[in-house]
Amino acid sequence: MIDITALQAQFGSELSLSEFRDNRRVICPAEKAHALLSHLYHAAGFNYLVDITAVDYLEWENATDRFGVIYALLNMEAGERLYVKVFVNDPHPTLPTVYNLWRGADWMEREVYDMFGITFAGHPDLRRILSPDEFTAFPLRKDYPLKGRGERHNFPVITRADS
Amino acid sequence: MPLTLADLEATDAPDKEYLWTLNFGPQHPATHTTLRLILTLDGEKVINAIPHIGYLHSGFEKLAEHLDFNQYVTIVDRMNYLSPLANEIAWHHAVEKLMGIELTPRCKYLRTLLSELMRIQDHLLNVGTSALDLGAFTAFLYCFTMRERIYDIVEFASGQRFHTSYTRVGGVLFDVNLEWVNKVREFVRDFPKTHAETHRLLTRNRIFIDRIKGVGVLTKEDAINFSCAGPVARASGVVRDLRKDEPYLAYGDLDFKVCCSQGGDCYARYLVRMQEMAESLKIIEQTLENLPAGPVNVEVDGGSRAVLPAKPAVYRSIEGLIQHFEVIMPNRGFETPKEEIYAAVEAPNGELGFYIASNGTKTAYRARTRPPSYIHFAVFPHLIRGHMLSDVVAILGSLNIIAAELDR
Repeated sequence: MIDITALQAQFGSELSLSEFRDNRRVICPAEKAHALLSHLYHAAGFNYLVDITAVDYLEWENATDRFGVIYALLNMEAGERLYVKVFVNDPHPTLPTVYNLWRGADWMEREVYDMFGITFAGHPDLRRILSPDEFTAFPLRKDYPLKGRGERHNFPVITRADS
Repeated sequence: MPLTLADLEATDAPDKEYLWTLNFGPQHPATHTTLRLILTLDGEKVINAIPHIGYLHSGFEKLAEHLDFNQYVTIVDRMNYLSPLANEIAWHHAVEKLMGIELTPRCKYLRTLLSELMRIQDHLLNVGTSALDLGAFTAFLYCFTMRERIYDIVEFASGQRFHTSYTRVGGVLFDVNLEWVNKVREFVRDFPKTHAETHRLLTRNRIFIDRIKGVGVLTKEDAINFSCAGPVARASGVVRDLRKDEPYLAYGDLDFKVCCSQGGDCYARYLVRMQEMAESLKIIEQTLENLPAGPVNVEVDGGSRAVLPAKPAVYRSIEGLIQHFEVIMPNRGFETPKEEIYAAVEAPNGELGFYIASNGTKTAYRARTRPPSYIHFAVFPHLIRGHMLSDVVAILGSLNIIAAELDR
């Protein structure tokens, strides 16, 4: 089990730990995120990146930050899981990429960018992945309506006569 | 290095004019569903592949924010549609962990049994169609005959062959009966024959081995670094199986082996899948013969307000009716902790996890899927580089990419 007090000594007391059931979550300020993840990868044995995802806290009660980016890590030797949560805010939510640590982060970061508009500085190929390149909105943000904003309605249709 | 558009532009340089570009998909028999690859070829050798995905993106995760925990099960069905029940079990596993519901022993065993049936179903299709893509037609027919039997079993339990929507928060839709148990017994009796026949058709088949041995080699370090899981990682020597490492449902009580291989190529992935089917059958046999008696759903009297009562109780008692309304009426519904949780199960394709953020209401505030197909497809350009064009089909088949899960 990773010792949170040792991490706090190294990365400052803004680091906090919360637990729910068997999930242990470290909340980390954005500017220290990459240093912490790098430390976890190199020194603490978290060699496996399970997932990167984000949550838009726009409609969350008493939320202070807009987006939370969650890195789910796994220490394969010890079988220990750890979740690192980093808050980022408008107008330019951005985080350094972790592609240099885990190459599996490539598509995960692209999906977070595509769905939430959070950019990852230093990512080698940050393009939209699931939605088309000409799409302008970020669909999983809470201010994006379920029905969309007419993208489908306004989709260019090539008829037989035009082709 | 990942492949970027800049790489593609570099291949347009005058000294590389002999390279040509081939568009593979989105509609191609070997992609099975809609996914597209842009291949840069030097003769028949693939030197670059850029996947384009998202053709089937239909906003499942957005829908999860508008459907309640029981309704969303109909959507997760449609992710990996080769083994729909495995997705449902994964989804409700995460939901029950969020709510802190402890399942009944019968439900645990039943879900374990169904997960393993789904594993066989998924691997049968994978083995069958990857052989079919390489020209071995007969094995495909053998595999699909057995898949039909699993569909029958699932239909008998849930009323649906394909998109079963069988699990519910705290249990399943209907309990199973003795007739169903006998149907599974028949399957357990007949399956080893098909398994052995498939082995005889493929495992030492010269043409099949020539096409897949040494193709698409993924080293152990790469498998871990690329976040691979399931049969793909185990074929590269990563000894990790959530059923053993983080036992959930009834896996802690059961005797089975984790199947691994050192090869890391398509042949190793094929062998791991074949062996896993044999292990799954062992698990099915054990769970079936030890299926505990008693209620399958969590008792409503036990204080849980999240569980749907049995239909006779709804029709014949006022308490049952009230409970039913408490769960399904639009202004009632689930009470959940205001928390976030990640929970995963070992789906046939690898670690299938859900990250649920809940703000206390009956719908998830955010429900993220960790889709194994998505993670594995990201490795594909790395695997195909330097191989022949015809190996694209072999590698795609061995990774078991399901586009509906890939795009969600």
